[in-house]
Amino acid sequence: MNLQSTYLGLKLKSPIVVSASTLSEKLDNILLMEDNGAGAVVLFSVFEEQIRQEEARYNAIARATSNTFAEANDYFPDLDDYHVATSAYLELIRQAKEKVEIPIIASLNGVSPEGWIDFASQMEQAGADAIEINVFYIPADITTSGVEVEKRYIEIVEWVRSAVHIPIAVKLNPYFSNMGKVASDLSFAGANGLTLFNRFYQPDMDIYSLKLMHNLHYSEAAEIRLPLLWIALLSGQLKCSLAASTGVQSAAEVIKYLLAGANVTMTASALYKKGISYLKTMNLELQAWMNEMGFQSVDTFRGVMNHYNIQDPSAYERANYIKILESNKVSRSKY
Amino acid sequence: MKELKNNLPLVATLDGNEACAYIAYRVNEVCAIYPITPSSTMAEFADEWSAKGIKNIWGNVPEIIEMQSEGGAAGTVHGSLQSGALTTTFTASQGLMLMLPNMYKIAGELTSAVIHVAARSLAAQALSIFGDHQDIMAARTTGFAIIGSTNVQEAHDMALIAQAATLKSRLPFIHFFDGFRTSHEVNKIELIADDVITQMINEDLVIAHRQRALNPNKPFIRGTAQNPDVYFQGREASNTFYNNCPGLVEEAMDQFGELTGRWYKPFEYYGHAEPDRIIVIMGSGFETVQTAVSNLNRKGEKVGVVLVRLFRPFSAEHLLEILPSSAYSIAVLDRTKECGATGEPLYTDIVSAFMKAFSNGDIESLPKIIGGRYGLSSKEFTPAMVNAVFANLAKPTPKNPFTIGIFDDVTHLSLDFNANEHCDDPQWTQAMFYGLGADGTVGANKNSIKIIGENTSLYAQGYFVYDSKKSGARTVSHLRFGPNTIKAPYLIHTAGFIACHQFGFLEKVDVLGNAAKGAIFLLNSVYDKDEVWENLPFDIQKKIVDLNMRFFVIDANKVAQITGMAGRINTIMQTCFFAISGVLPREEAIAQIKKSIEKTYYKKGKAIIEKNFQAVDMTLENLFEVGTVGQTLSDPVIKTNDYLKKAPSFVTNVLWKMMEGNGDSLPVSVMPNDGTYPSGTTKWEKRRISEQVAKWNPSICIQCGNCSFVCPHAVIRSKFFHESTLDGAPVGFNSAPINAKGFPETRYSLQVYLEDCTGCNLCNEVCPVTDPADRSKKAINIEEIPVDLTESLASMAFFEAIPWNEKSEVNFSLVHGAQFLEPLFEFSGACAGCGETPYIKLLTQLFGDRLMVANATGCSSIYGGNLPTTPWAVNALGQGPAWSNSLFEDNAEFGLGMRIAADVQRDHAFELLKSMNGDLGESFVYSIVEASQNTESEIVEQRRRVARLKELLAISKHPDAGKMLSLSDHLIKRSVWLIGGDGWAYDIGAGGLDHALASGKNINVLVLDTEVYSNTGGQMSKATPTAATAKFASAGKRVGKKDLALQAISYGNVYVAQIAMGANPQQTLLAMREAEAYPGPSLILAYSHCIAHGIDMSKGLEQQSKAVASAYWPLLRYNPILRRNGKNPFVLDSPRPTMSLKDYAYQELRYKVLTLTNAEEAEKLMDLAQEIVDLRWKTYESMAIAKADTFQPVY
Repeated sequence: MNLQSTYLGLKLKSPIVVSASTLSEKLDNILLMEDNGAGAVVLFSVFEEQIRQEEARYNAIARATSNTFAEANDYFPDLDDYHVATSAYLELIRQAKEKVEIPIIASLNGVSPEGWIDFASQMEQAGADAIEINVFYIPADITTSGVEVEKRYIEIVEWVRSAVHIPIAVKLNPYFSNMGKVASDLSFAGANGLTLFNRFYQPDMDIYSLKLMHNLHYSEAAEIRLPLLWIALLSGQLKCSLAASTGVQSAAEVIKYLLAGANVTMTASALYKKGISYLKTMNLELQAWMNEMGFQSVDTFRGVMNHYNIQDPSAYERANYIKILESNKVSRSKY
Repeated sequence: MKELKNNLPLVATLDGNEACAYIAYRVNEVCAIYPITPSSTMAEFADEWSAKGIKNIWGNVPEIIEMQSEGGAAGTVHGSLQSGALTTTFTASQGLMLMLPNMYKIAGELTSAVIHVAARSLAAQALSIFGDHQDIMAARTTGFAIIGSTNVQEAHDMALIAQAATLKSRLPFIHFFDGFRTSHEVNKIELIADDVITQMINEDLVIAHRQRALNPNKPFIRGTAQNPDVYFQGREASNTFYNNCPGLVEEAMDQFGELTGRWYKPFEYYGHAEPDRIIVIMGSGFETVQTAVSNLNRKGEKVGVVLVRLFRPFSAEHLLEILPSSAYSIAVLDRTKECGATGEPLYTDIVSAFMKAFSNGDIESLPKIIGGRYGLSSKEFTPAMVNAVFANLAKPTPKNPFTIGIFDDVTHLSLDFNANEHCDDPQWTQAMFYGLGADGTVGANKNSIKIIGENTSLYAQGYFVYDSKKSGARTVSHLRFGPNTIKAPYLIHTAGFIACHQFGFLEKVDVLGNAAKGAIFLLNSVYDKDEVWENLPFDIQKKIVDLNMRFFVIDANKVAQITGMAGRINTIMQTCFFAISGVLPREEAIAQIKKSIEKTYYKKGKAIIEKNFQAVDMTLENLFEVGTVGQTLSDPVIKTNDYLKKAPSFVTNVLWKMMEGNGDSLPVSVMPNDGTYPSGTTKWEKRRISEQVAKWNPSICIQCGNCSFVCPHAVIRSKFFHESTLDGAPVGFNSAPINAKGFPETRYSLQVYLEDCTGCNLCNEVCPVTDPADRSKKAINIEEIPVDLTESLASMAFFEAIPWNEKSEVNFSLVHGAQFLEPLFEFSGACAGCGETPYIKLLTQLFGDRLMVANATGCSSIYGGNLPTTPWAVNALGQGPAWSNSLFEDNAEFGLGMRIAADVQRDHAFELLKSMNGDLGESFVYSIVEASQNTESEIVEQRRRVARLKELLAISKHPDAGKMLSLSDHLIKRSVWLIGGDGWAYDIGAGGLDHALASGKNINVLVLDTEVYSNTGGQMSKATPTAATAKFASAGKRVGKKDLALQAISYGNVYVAQIAMGANPQQTLLAMREAEAYPGPSLILAYSHCIAHGIDMSKGLEQQSKAVASAYWPLLRYNPILRRNGKNPFVLDSPRPTMSLKDYAYQELRYKVLTLTNAEEAEKLMDLAQEIVDLRWKTYESMAIAKADTFQPVY
């Protein structure tokens, strides 16, 4: 049974990839991911502003506490030895590359052009096989036009592309006027892959304390439909790879995404819930399904249900929605 | 900090402490340490090297153990030695005093060991952290050999020679060098290679040392008790070892000379071959005398100097061998004082050596020998002073004894000297830099020394002078560069380059006072090259013109701003120095700076490196020379200080001189002879250290009092008054109708003492009001200080004239009410945003007029009692806190003594008063004796009665009237508080504190818990929490913090509270009042955020809040009164935890660093720490709901 997949030009042993999450903060976990059959690992995201803040904080503290008073040259043991977060991150890339064979994809969330360029170069130098650009950008300013937002995405890809030779993927959100056009433009700007989709930070509210609740919640299988739609729509239309990253809770979602045309599927929520070893279960279930269906390799069924390959392409478009609505009316009337 | 590497560079620029520790670490297996200035960094280096796994010459990583005190360290050293490990410790001053008992033992048992001492003054009339030989001299009777180093190179070399000699001789050694002058001087030295160290340490002797150790396989006992029959003989039995020691030291020195080419002798002579006069000296002063001797001999005089390197055992034989017999007159200089002795120790040794030789017939005549004191507490000792000593020696009847370096107009012992005489080497480049503690000037200069010292053939020396404030401290860096080794252990007096990094200094400090003719002056200025001249003070302009100086200007703050390094001007000013001083060719210098930037910041990210590079490049574009030819001088302005006009004469004549930096000129006669100083003198200082100050918006203020409650420097004060008071109020005086019911026609005013504000922002942080007109603003905001303070000062003066509200008028059980109480702790030199001082200030507001404070040494004793000024203040009636600092270790006992004395004298007063009831009237007497003084109004009433009593006693004819008068102040209830940090309470003073709490006496203990030794630089204490890093716990603390609260609660009769002002100010207030009211011992543990936590200090209160919210610091009160009344005495004032420990802790660098250096260990420790927090919370929670009888009953 051949689970091999190609993503960003990288050959993977499995189409199941670990998406960016805190699980990859530890080298031991990365080793475990490989052992359990992960095709690749996207490391947790480095946020430029965090690094900048941390740098600024350490430097401010170092300055405020060094050589200010006769009795104390400083207040911390060997302050020079502290690494800012990037150093630790780069070190993790280096160590992971030494210890595992699967591709290590660095994830970067920049702010400034220099930030994107600098950090991306450093990640490449540290040995990352690819970089996932995590544009976690909420255009909260209501005067910002859609064109400006799209331009920002394109620019970021251009900056990073100019700085590194390794493949780059862009993790996108779905909220564009024309998702397909943006995807196409990004591919044209140099993105080797697109990851669909980024889940925006969505705070909840406590109705008694009247405060926002900043707790994270994991994605669920029911959430795959939107990315599934777009994977199916984009599959075969772009030069670049497609990764599906929302709602992968079991092999079933993996299979659906692959059928829709994804090169790889990504999950972290399932691993948070069921442990890293669940990767093995997913791979086994995928194999079992392939066996049952008579597919010898992933490539043989990848995209068979995409926009191009299904008999009725309108199923992914407006007309299908009308049909669903109509059928819903019918089915309700039965009760 | 320098990393100890196996592949040593040939040269390095180090300070004396590092140079010494470098060797000590390599030749020992165990270091028992404890922080004390100026030796702390030796221990810190050892700890860091050990944490990094750096090995000693035997391939082992030495074990470093921090002890609870120097006494503990000495005990551990002793035990370790007795078990055969090569063991050392590092200390100074009071630390060495605490080691004395063990030192007798170690010496009595002929045990090889070296204690490295950065020699420092002893606390007598005052504490001093600076250098002299008082500590060494106090240890001279212990039986330790004593060997001294004169400079940084020798601190390195002699550390090894001492180690070799102790193994050879079996005598333990003190190796000392001068505190600060050598311990903190940075100099270029040649490092000793590992193979040389190995050759110097004879392995057979190491084995012999080990074999002498206790061993159950061949047991013996050591440490017996001896009787009159044999003790004496036993004491004499070691004589041979002392007799042999000087020869063995010489042997070690010779071996060292063979190996390194640097030759030393137990005594050394330098000077004319046939001198007529000689000075004998030890320590760094030798180099100063050498310089003067060379200079005088060049002028045709015949003088010389003898260096005493090996002070104990004192070898007269070696001394006389090298001392030229031609000398008819000898001055022995001691850097110590032995009150009441016939002479200082070195002097009496030299005299007795000569007398002995004369008596034995070894010499035929005796020279004239006189003794003098110099350099106490790092007092400058210059070649000019040496000239004066030689001049004294030349007189037919020289002054004996004498002092040099001060003006003694009381006992007239001092010698006059010409302060303008200098012996500078013309090849030196001498540069001075005036900066602020926080602007990075010192750091940049240390870096410049490294660049030049380690990358060029030039030699470099740096010495750094700080003032005694922790906020807004001024620093002066003294740097010398030259082609030869620089031996000049004194400050620069004629600088060829002077940089002033803060424009504001020009008005306050004589920045160009030491400028040489033709010197370069570099100024950081907001004014550009065309505007700057007219904005210079007249004195500066005149100096520039008179001395024909070259004048350069840069707006470093602007360059920093543009390059994204706001506030960091150090690299910019350093670049300017290299660009214009000519110490290195410009291009080479710039390249070196950039290399150094890369090295310094390579772990901090590329962006910071590039910013610094950009700053360097932009510096050169923005550095301009200002033409001085043809410039006109401004009108001279006579500096006046309006405050000083109102100040007492002691302030204007004495303290002000110190504030100006002219304390050296004060004569003996003006100094208090017993260390007593007036209270409340910080108010005259008006340092104006911050350009950002608090500004009040009366229109939206709700008058909650939070801002004044937390203000660390007591610069925010509130009063309320009848509206008619505003008649005559100056323009701009702010007030608002009071926000309280029942106060008609009453106004409220809040004043900010702008010149004392540090701009720390805590007031803004706690202000609950948001300005509806501008949501970024609150009712109190930090803003630029007005350029013209006239209006503000008039408002302050008007405010000051309004009387403080009577305590009876305000409900000070509430934070809102406490703001109206007068603070009697004000304008201290504590750090901006200090977490300790708000507690102290509150204490003085509540009980200041009857407060006695025993203050342990530490931060609080430094910002509370370091001259020139003191923040402990006095109210309008002349009442206020009576404050004293005894030592670090004994504060609990010291405070207990205060309480006992107060009680004894109060009881005595009562008895005496009762015996006088015939004269004074029985009812009056008993109204005093039986007065309840539990409430403020009752105390006011008692004060009134005592005042009346004093009037009656003044006219009484009763024979005991005078005696009664002397005791009458004790009739007013005293509030005795023992204040100190966690270093005192958890470590060095723990035994005493425990005992004082167990005494049952009415003492109140306030522990300002910063969880590290803040004053000496953040070393771990037993209060340091699990998972935090600190010095001596570089790898993160693995042991839990001691639960001092539970420990005290276990006595049952101790009132205990744990408070955090930032989390719950009301609970803080309540706890302080309950503690004081409780008639037995009370202990308050106060969470004190600190710069040693690695936080943004403006967020200190938020951190306090998080500490409580995470249950790291549960708020609690244990009140034995409740138990006595059958109630549960344990009250948990904290709500249940609402955040994890991590969420609180990782806001602080002390926790965060471990995640950056060792993420796995950090996680492990954080999990452990969380478990500890959970467990403690569970324990407290169960205590809070337990029945009363589960707690210890109270008598």
